[in-house]
Amino acid sequence: MDAILLQILNGLDKGSAYALIALGLTLIFGTLGVVNFAHGALFMLGAFCAVTLQRLLSLSFETIDETKTDFLGNPLKVKTPYVEGWFGPEVGGAIIDWAVPLSILVAIPIMIGIGFAMERGLIKHFYKRPHADQILVTFGLAIVLQEVIKYFFGANPIQTPPPDALLGVVNLGSWLGLDLPYPIWRLVYFLFAIVVIGGVFSFLQFTTFGMVVRAGMADRETVGLLGIDIDRRFTIMFGLAAAVAGLAGVMYGPIVAPNYHMGMDFLVLSFVVVVVGGMGSLPGAVLAGFMLGILESFASTTWATTTLPGINQIIIYLVAIIVLLTRPRGLMGRKGVMEE
Amino acid sequence: MSKYNVTRRGALKTGAAAGAGLALPTIFTASSAHAFTNEPTGSTVTLGFNVPQSGPYADEGADELRAQQLAVEHLNGEGDGGMLNTFSSKALDGTGILGKKVTFVTGDTQTKSDAARASAKSMIEKDGAIMVNGGSSSGVAVAVQGLCQEAGIIFMAGLTHANDTTGKDRKANGFRHFFNAYMSGAALAPVLANAYGKERRAYHLTADYNWGWTQQESIQASTEALGWETVENVLTPLASTDFSSYIAPVLNSGADVLVLNHYGGNMVNSLTNAVQFGLRDKMVNGKQFEIVVPLYSELMAAGAGENIKGVLGSMNWNWQLTDEGSKAFVKSFGEKYGRPPSNSAHTCYAQVLLYADAVARAGSFAPCAVVEALEGFEFDGLGNGPTLYRAEDHQCFKDVLVVKGAENPTNEYDTLEVVEVTPRAQVEYPPNHPMFGGDEASLGECNDGA
Repeated sequence: MDAILLQILNGLDKGSAYALIALGLTLIFGTLGVVNFAHGALFMLGAFCAVTLQRLLSLSFETIDETKTDFLGNPLKVKTPYVEGWFGPEVGGAIIDWAVPLSILVAIPIMIGIGFAMERGLIKHFYKRPHADQILVTFGLAIVLQEVIKYFFGANPIQTPPPDALLGVVNLGSWLGLDLPYPIWRLVYFLFAIVVIGGVFSFLQFTTFGMVVRAGMADRETVGLLGIDIDRRFTIMFGLAAAVAGLAGVMYGPIVAPNYHMGMDFLVLSFVVVVVGGMGSLPGAVLAGFMLGILESFASTTWATTTLPGINQIIIYLVAIIVLLTRPRGLMGRKGVMEE
Repeated sequence: MSKYNVTRRGALKTGAAAGAGLALPTIFTASSAHAFTNEPTGSTVTLGFNVPQSGPYADEGADELRAQQLAVEHLNGEGDGGMLNTFSSKALDGTGILGKKVTFVTGDTQTKSDAARASAKSMIEKDGAIMVNGGSSSGVAVAVQGLCQEAGIIFMAGLTHANDTTGKDRKANGFRHFFNAYMSGAALAPVLANAYGKERRAYHLTADYNWGWTQQESIQASTEALGWETVENVLTPLASTDFSSYIAPVLNSGADVLVLNHYGGNMVNSLTNAVQFGLRDKMVNGKQFEIVVPLYSELMAAGAGENIKGVLGSMNWNWQLTDEGSKAFVKSFGEKYGRPPSNSAHTCYAQVLLYADAVARAGSFAPCAVVEALEGFEFDGLGNGPTLYRAEDHQCFKDVLVVKGAENPTNEYDTLEVVEVTPRAQVEYPPNHPMFGGDEASLGECNDGA
């Protein structure tokens, strides 16, 4: 029982990442009709926002400690972060310690800006081109972005630890007498994903802007005929989708150390999530994200891998095949999307 | 009817002309073809450095390349000479190799076997490389070693730890200075037994490819020989990034040790996940839960950050060693690049010097002459103590380091500390050991190519 519940919990955090990325992908597809293969790169860029802020906060001045030596036997240069110099060791240390959550504030404007730049600078030129062209250009962009990150940050994973207060394990089953140790940060990530998903849905459901966007998703032409600049709103939605992917990346850093390739690792699976959920369906993307995350988690158990060797690597695709055979539009797909 | 007057002068002229005619094919052969592949004919000799310059091991490849460039400088008499000053063989004098200035070309393995073979082939066929060195993967090493064997080129492997490189896939033209998975197990197991006791239950997570399998097999055999029990071995896809679903079953398995047969990003992520799930704080079977990482590298250790504190593993070499060779190399490398070298950098540097020295001792660049010079070669002063290049499998035998994550690092490079230098005798094995291809494994014939 404990093991089953643990695997469900494990699936939730991975499912959260899938859901957030797939949500952004669906927003872009639903509004602009673009299949954005650079969306994984936006997730990666978000993670590197946290890496960058962590490094900026750790910028240090050097003092010479004559009592110690470096690896060459020279007097040791001791590095002290500027923020510790300005605010004192305790406050400065706390600011560095909370670098990842603080990165959220930095990542939102940066990712929206990157989203705008991508959409206005490149992707808008491909709206009337076939999906194959869109895929090629966005995939190329993803490769360029990851190579740029590799150039500046190297190829090795970079640790972005959570704050000390959120480090460690909490026993989620203690009330029920179960042993369900779960990392606090993963719980934070899951709750964060719920808040972000809830925020996006509320924004679309309860604001005038969201209502117009939803109307545009349903019938772009009619909304345009009403004198509404739907293109501008869709550009803003692209920025919002980029921010959602970026935030997913920022908070994922303490779970898996960011590296330049992490976007690609999630990209294909996120597309499968979108297809399983139903192209253009936001609730479908979220539902499929969590569902596939949990299924993948179960498929990685020893029992599953010994019973069906390799099941952990194919489970998502297997489910995608079954869903598409039985429900060709995906779990919550709408009629008419990508069917003309 | 014609009449010929045979004179002495005429006979000499005819004989000279006939001799020249008969000799012509031989002269032609000697001037237009070589005795072996890429025989250097000018004033320079070209070495091929095939390292990952892109892909997940690009940082490791960059460090290898730094060391290879340093080795070339030292061979050409530039810089402070590094380990040439401490190397027991004195055949090299800083004038290049056999009087030819050393130049080099580089290739990008991308840590993919096909890409690595393509870049090695290009360096051999287009750039005239006489030797190929480098790499950070056993799959790549085995692939490039096979290519060099066919081409008649010497392959001096870089970082390759799988048993197969000098086991079932050994080749006459290939040589490995780096240690292997068997040696890691043999060195590590006694230290583990001393540190954690002989009644332990180990759970293995193993990267699902050649290196992971041989590493797991080796460490399992070594630990079981000392009384440990293996609870489970779970293969994890190489592309995995989040290992939480593999870590969770460990909690209920009854195991009190987790062995991570992972390398690079896999190891950084699996160790991080294991620490996140609080494994290191758990008490199981009345014992403190422990994590073991059989193969360490400095770059991985830096990536894993604080998670590696106190975690035991093994290495081929570490910059903190205090022998004269290591100190000379660290000084040379550190002054040029501002950082200490990694153990993959060290093995590449050593391999370049060993190749050059073998050529100098053989008096020839011919691959078979180099093979003969390296086989059974005993040397010292390259940072690992007295070392033997065993003739039967072209594997170096030397001391192995058992290390652990530094508890109180004093600087950013102080990530690992040496726990024990395991003597060479403890990690030796017969050339026909079952883990190394048994009696069927053979080097084959050396190939001069051309």
